[in-house]
Amino acid sequence: MAKTKVIERKALTWAERTYLPQILTGLKTTLSNMLKKPITLQYPEERPVIPDDYRGVPTLVKDPHGREKCVSCQLCEFVCPPKAIRITPGEVDVDNEPERAHVEKAPKEFDINMLRCIYCGLCQEVCPEEAIFLQDVFSLSGYSRDEMINKKEKLYELGGTLPDQHFKWDKKKSAEALGNSDH
Amino acid sequence: MSIPDTVETIAINIDGVDVQVPKGINAIEAAKLHGKEVPHYCYHPKLSIAGNCRMCLIEMGMPMRDRATGDPVMDTNGEQKIGWSPKPTIGCSTNVSPGMHLRTNSTMVKEARNGVTEFLLINHPLDCPICDQAGECRLQEFSADHGRGVSRFIEDKNVKPKRTRLGPRVTLDDERCILCSRCIRFSQEVAKDDVLGFVDRGTYSTLTCYPGKELANNYSLNTVDICPVGALTSTDFRFKMRVWFLKRTNSICTESSVGSNTTVWSREGKIYRITPRQNDATNDTWMTDSGRGLFKETESENRINDYTIDGVSEDMEIVAQTAADLLQQGKVALVGSAHNSVEEQFYLKKISEYASASTNIIAKTGDGDGILLSEDRTPNLRGALLNRLITELPNAAADSIDSQIQSGAIQTLFVVNEDLTSLGISQESLAKVSIIYFGSLANQTSKVATVVIPTLTVFEKSGSLVNQNFILQQFLPAIPGPKGVISDVLMLAKIVEKMTGDTIEPVTLTMIWQELSNTIAEFKSITWQKIGDEQGIQINPRAFLDLPFVESKNLKFDPTAFKEANSTALES
Repeated sequence: MAKTKVIERKALTWAERTYLPQILTGLKTTLSNMLKKPITLQYPEERPVIPDDYRGVPTLVKDPHGREKCVSCQLCEFVCPPKAIRITPGEVDVDNEPERAHVEKAPKEFDINMLRCIYCGLCQEVCPEEAIFLQDVFSLSGYSRDEMINKKEKLYELGGTLPDQHFKWDKKKSAEALGNSDH
Repeated sequence: MSIPDTVETIAINIDGVDVQVPKGINAIEAAKLHGKEVPHYCYHPKLSIAGNCRMCLIEMGMPMRDRATGDPVMDTNGEQKIGWSPKPTIGCSTNVSPGMHLRTNSTMVKEARNGVTEFLLINHPLDCPICDQAGECRLQEFSADHGRGVSRFIEDKNVKPKRTRLGPRVTLDDERCILCSRCIRFSQEVAKDDVLGFVDRGTYSTLTCYPGKELANNYSLNTVDICPVGALTSTDFRFKMRVWFLKRTNSICTESSVGSNTTVWSREGKIYRITPRQNDATNDTWMTDSGRGLFKETESENRINDYTIDGVSEDMEIVAQTAADLLQQGKVALVGSAHNSVEEQFYLKKISEYASASTNIIAKTGDGDGILLSEDRTPNLRGALLNRLITELPNAAADSIDSQIQSGAIQTLFVVNEDLTSLGISQESLAKVSIIYFGSLANQTSKVATVVIPTLTVFEKSGSLVNQNFILQQFLPAIPGPKGVISDVLMLAKIVEKMTGDTIEPVTLTMIWQELSNTIAEFKSITWQKIGDEQGIQINPRAFLDLPFVESKNLKFDPTAFKEANSTALES
C-alpha cells in the first residue's frame, strides 16, 4: 500500500490575508491586455489569412483557358482513404468541345462526399493532371446529407482557375501538327 | 504450369542453377517454369513466334567444343567452358537444348531491356491517365522496371490517329501501338479472318484493316485481350471503369457447350466486362465476342424480381407450398433446361420423381463456327444426361407437350426458363394447364403462369456445368442477385421439402455434391471443393458415347476422335 504523505500547510502572512497583492497582480495582466492590439478575429465578418499549403475543401480546377483538366482517371477515387470520392467516367463531348476532342476522357459525374472527406490531400498528391486541389475553403455546412455531397458543378465553382505549368494536352496537339507535317 | 511426366526433359542452366525443363520449349517458358520472368510483348504462348518486340533479350551460351577435334574445351577447374554468345538473343525464338546456359538478369540483359524500353517509349503518348489498359498494361509494368523515368527525346512525338474504328466492337488508338503484331497473328491463326496488317514504314507504321474490310469476326475482342498495350480497346468497355476497381470472379461461358472459362469483372454488384481465362482443355486463352455480352441480361428490363401467385406477390414459403401442391396433383410435365447447373438438374430430377412427371428439355441449336462456338447452344446438356433428367437427346420442338396438353394428359407444367409460346404452343393450350414458371426473364409463358419463381443468372449463383468434352467445370457468383431472390437450388430444395414433408438440412453445394457423388456413378468421389481446385474434372462419357450429339469438330472437340479415344479406353 502506498503511504500517504501529509504536507503541512503554512499559515498565511498578513499581506496575503488582505488578498490585495493578488488582486493587483491580476489587474496588471488585465490592464496590459486592454492596451494591446486584439488577437481574436470577428469571425465570420473577419476571416483569417490562409497559408498557401493549407488543406481546405477539395476542389476541381480549370486551366487558364477555362478548360476542364480532370480526365477521370479515378486515381483519387482509388487513393481516397475514407472513400469519399466517386467518379463516373465519360467521354469528352466532341461536338461541344472540338478543341478538347484529343483528350477523349472527362468525368461525367464527380462527387466528393464532404461528410466522409478527411482533408488528407492524397487526391491532390496523386492527380496526374493537376486537376484536384485542396484550396482555402475551410467552412462547409449544409442542411441535409445530400447537400454535403459536392457535385461536379459545385467542385468547379469552388475550384476556379489555377495557373498551369505544363499545358500537356496543348503540347500534344502542337506535336500532332508538327510531328506529322512531313508525312 | 507443371511438367507432365511423359514429356522428355533436358538439363539446362538458368542464371547459374541447373534445372530440368521439357524438351523443345523456348527460353521464356523455361525461365517461367523456374520462377524467372523474361519480359516480352510480341510473344504469346498460343500464337506463332514473331520476334519483333526485342524485349525478351537474354544471354545464351553453349558448352564449348574444339572446332577441329570436337572435344570439349575445359577451363582450369576441369569443367567445360561455356561459349557465351557475344550479343544478347531473343528468348522467344531460342528453343532450349541440352546443356544450354541462359542469363535472364545479367547487366547486359538489363541494359538491352532498358534500351528497348526507351525506344518503345519514344513515341508512346503520356496517356496512362486516360488509357483503359492502365493497370494491366505490360508496357506500363516493364517501363516501371526498365524505364528511365524521364525522356531524352526532345523532338516532337509522332502523333497517330486516336480513334480508328477497326470493327463494330474494337477501337484502335494507333499511337499507343508498339507494333507487336499479336492481333495480326491472332486474326490469321486462330480466328482465320486475315484482315489486319501494318502499312507504312518506320515510325509511321500503322495497324490497319484490309481496305473495304473490318475486324468484325466473332473473336475480334480477343485482340483487345492480347494487346500488351492500350492500342486495341473494346468499344463497349472503353472509358467505363478502371481495371483496378474490378473484382475478378471465375465463371464459365454459357453461350454454347464449349464451356469457355471466363473471368467476370465486376464492381459493387455491376458487371463491366467478361474476359477469357486460360484453360488448355476447353478454350486456350480465347472466347467469343457474343459470349462476352451475356452479362447484359442481368440488367434486363424483363427480369423477374418477385415470387408471385396469379400475379400477386407472395412470401416464398407460400409460393413453394403452392408449387408443391400443384406438382402433387399428378399429370405433371417438367420442361427442364440444359442451361441449369448440374446441381439444379439434380433437384429437378428429384421433383420429377416425386411428382411422377415426364421430363423434357428443349434443344437449342445454331450454327457452329468450328472454333469456340459449338452447334449446341446450351452449356449443360451433358449434365442433364448424367443426372438422368433425360435419357435421349432433346428435340427443338415441343409438339409432344402440345398434343399431351390437348389430350389432357398434362395438367400441370413446370417450366424452367423457357417460352413455350415461341415453340408453337398456343396461348389457348397454355390456358388449359397450371404453369409453374421457374426463370429469370419474363416472357409470354411467365405471364400466364400460376406460380412464378424468379431465378438467378449464372453470374449470381454458383454451380457446375458439363461441357462438350464431358469436363465438369465450376462457376462462382460475381454479383448479388435481385433483392430477396434465393438461389435456384435452395428454391428447388424448398419445393422438394414441401412435397415430401421431410426437412432438408440447409442446402450447400458441398452437401449436394456429397449426395451427387453417392448417387451418380460418373460423379463418384467428386467433391465441390475438388471441381474448383482442379479447373475442371474429366467425367467418364462411356454411357453416352453412342448418342448423336450435334457438335461438329471445333477447336477443342473432335467427335470422332473423342468417341474413339473413350471407347478404346473402355476396352483396355
